[in-house]
Amino acid sequence: MGENFLLQVRDLHTQFVTQSGVVKAVDGVNFEVKPGETLGIVGESGSGKSMTALSIMKLVPSPPGEIVKGEILYNGDDLIKKTEKQMRHIRGNKISMIFQDPMTSLNPVFTVGEQLTETLRTHRNVSKRQALEHATELLNLVGIPDPKARLKNYPHEFSGGMRQRVMIAMALACDPELLIADEPTTALDVTVQAQILELLKKLQKELGMAIIMITHDLGVVAEICDRVMVMYAGKQVEFTDRFRLFDVPKHPYTWGLLNSIPKMEKEKKRLKAISGHPPDLRHLRKGCPFAERCPKAKASCRIQAPHLQEVEPGHLVSCLLYEEEKVTLE
Amino acid sequence: MINYIIRRLLLLIPVFIGVSILAFALLRLIPGDPAKSMLGNKATEAQLQSLRAELKLNDPLPVQYASYMKDVIKGDLGKSIKSHDSVIKEISTRLPATIELSLFALIIAIVIGVLAGIISAAKRSSWFDHLSMTGALFGVSMPIFWLGLMMIWLFSVTLHWLPPSGRLSVGTHLQTITNFYLVDSILTGNWFAFKDSLAHILMPGFALGTIPMAIIARMTRSSMLEVLNQDFIRTANAKGLAKYLVIFKHALKNAFLPVLTVIGFQFGFLLGGAVLTETIFSWPGVGRYVYQSILSRDYPVVQSTILIIAVMFVLINLITDILYKYFDPRIRYD
Ligand SMILES: Nc1ncnc2c1ncn2[C@@H]1O[C@H](COP(=O)(O)OP(=O)(O)OP(=O)(O)O)[C@@H](O)[C@H]1O
Ligand SMILES: [Mg+2]
Repeated sequence: MGENFLLQVRDLHTQFVTQSGVVKAVDGVNFEVKPGETLGIVGESGSGKSMTALSIMKLVPSPPGEIVKGEILYNGDDLIKKTEKQMRHIRGNKISMIFQDPMTSLNPVFTVGEQLTETLRTHRNVSKRQALEHATELLNLVGIPDPKARLKNYPHEFSGGMRQRVMIAMALACDPELLIADEPTTALDVTVQAQILELLKKLQKELGMAIIMITHDLGVVAEICDRVMVMYAGKQVEFTDRFRLFDVPKHPYTWGLLNSIPKMEKEKKRLKAISGHPPDLRHLRKGCPFAERCPKAKASCRIQAPHLQEVEPGHLVSCLLYEEEKVTLE
Repeated sequence: MINYIIRRLLLLIPVFIGVSILAFALLRLIPGDPAKSMLGNKATEAQLQSLRAELKLNDPLPVQYASYMKDVIKGDLGKSIKSHDSVIKEISTRLPATIELSLFALIIAIVIGVLAGIISAAKRSSWFDHLSMTGALFGVSMPIFWLGLMMIWLFSVTLHWLPPSGRLSVGTHLQTITNFYLVDSILTGNWFAFKDSLAHILMPGFALGTIPMAIIARMTRSSMLEVLNQDFIRTANAKGLAKYLVIFKHALKNAFLPVLTVIGFQFGFLLGGAVLTETIFSWPGVGRYVYQSILSRDYPVVQSTILIIAVMFVLINLITDILYKYFDPRIRYD
C-alpha cells in the first residue's frame, strides 16, 4: 500500500439487539487516520459517531451492543481480534478518549491527582512520586493554574472547562498516538469551547498525536480537521478533505449541513436546518436512508442502495446521483 | 469535621436525658404498686418496705429522677433486685458478648452481602445473579427463631458439628482482657480457645446476620447497577484500568454510600435481633439479660440496660455519618 496509516477501519458494522429490533448503529464504515492528522466525524444526533469511536476502543456497551463485522487495523494489527486484556494495554496508553460531558466523566469521589496518576501507574512502571510529578506537569500543560495544589481537589471543585482540561490531561498522560475526542466542546460555553479547541490544536502541534474529532458542528471541522467523514443513519455518506468538503460538497446531506451554518456574522436569519427527521434505525427501508429528506431524491433512490465510490481523487461519496449509469442499466 | 463531631457529641446530651426519662418512667408508671409487681404476690410487707426504701419509691418523682441521674453520672446503674449484683458489673461482661456477636454478624453480612451484590451486578442476569437474589429474597423473609432452631437441629443435634449454646465450652480456659473472646484468644495466643469460641459464635452469628446480609446484597446490587452505567465508569475503562479496579475502586466507592446507610440501620436492627438470637442460643449477652430481666420483672436492670443500648445506637449513627464523609467528599459538615 505504501502509505503509512495509524488506523484503518474497514467495513465496520456495530449493532444493538433490542426488543424492538436490531439497530444498525454503524453500518459499513471505512476510513483511515494518518499519524498526526485530525480526522473529523460529523453527523446529526444518532448517526453513529459515538458508536464508531467506542468500536475502535472496543467499549461498545455489551450487551446489547456488538461489533459484528469489519476490521480495525491499528498499526496493521486488527483490534477486533485482540483480547480484552490486550485492549486494556492499548486503551489510555496508545489510544485514549475524551467525552462530551466533563461534568459526569470524572469520578466524583476521587481527587483529580488520584485519577491522573492512576492512568500513569497502570501503563508505566513509575513510583507514586514520579507519577505525581508527571501529573503536575500534565495539568500545567493543559493550562490549569497552580497545578500542584489542584491535584488535591475533587472534580466538583473545578468548572466545566477546567474539568475538560483535566480529562485532556488524563487522556494525554501516556503520550497516546491517537486521541479520540467525542464532542469535547458540546457541553461547554461558547468562549470555553474556543479555548478547548485552541488547546487541542496546540497540544497536537507539541505532541504530534493524531486526533479523531467527533462533532456535529461544522465550525469545529473548519477549525481543526484535515479530513472529514460525514455520517448519516450509521452509514458513511461522504469522505474527503476539509477544503473539498466546504468548496465542492457532493452529497445532498452535506449540502444541507453546510446550509445550516450562517455564512457571515451579519447573516442572522434563521438557519435552514434539513427538514424532516433521521430514520428509525430499526426499520430501515431499502434504498438510500436519506431519500425521505433528500431534495434530489429520484424514484430509484427508494429502491436501490448507493455504494461508496471515489468520484474524484480523494473524494468518496455514497449517492445515486453519482451512479447514473448503473441505475439506467437496470 | 472536628467541629461537627463535637456538635454531634453535644447533641448526645438531650438524647441521653430524653431516653433516661423514658427508662425511668418505665419503672414508675407500672399500674399499681411497683414494688409488689416486682416482688410478686408472695412478698411480705417487710420485703416490700425494704425495696421501696432501696429504690426510694416513696420520694416525689422529680427527687427520684434526680437521685437516679446522680447515680448514673457517677457510673452507678443500680442493682438487680433479684441477684443483688450491680448492673454495671453484669453489663460489663455482657455488653462485649453482645457487641462481639453483633459485629461478627455484621461483618459476615457485609462481606458476603456486598460481594454477592457486586458479583450479581457485574454479571447481571447470570446464574449467580439469579441464585443470590433468590437467596436474598428468602433471607429477608426468614424469621430468626425459626432459622436458629433449624440450625441447632441440623448442625448440633443431627450432625454434631457445632455447639448449640454459650460462648465457650465448659472446661475451656481463656484469660479475658477485652471480654471479646475471639480477640482475647488471639491476644493471649490461645489457639484452642479461639477455635472453640469461633465454633460457638458461628451459628448465632449467621442466624443474626442473615436478614442484614440479604438486605445489603440487594442494596449493593441495585446501587452498583446504577453506578456501572455512569459516564465515569466508561472513562475508567477508556483509561485501560484493570477490571477489578473499575469495579472495586471506581464503582464500589460510589455505590457504597446507599449501602452504608442500610448498614447503619441494620446495626440497630442487630441490637434488637440480638434479644432473640441470644435467647435461642443461650448467648450470655445484654439481649438475653434484658429478656430475662423483663420476665422476672427486674425493672432497675431493664431501665439501665435500655439507657445503654440507646446511647450505643446514637453513637453508631454518628459513626455512620462520619464514614459518609469518607465515601463522598462532596458532603460538607460545616
Ligand atoms: N444501548 C443502546 N441500545 C440500543 N441502541 C443504542 C444504544 N446506544 C446507542 N444506540 C443507538 O445507536 C445509534 C447511534 O448512536 P450514537 O451514540 O453513535 O450516535 P451519535 O452520532 O454519537 O449521536 P450524538 O450526536 O447524539 O452523540 C443511535 O441511533 C442509538 O439509538
Ligand atoms: Mg455521541
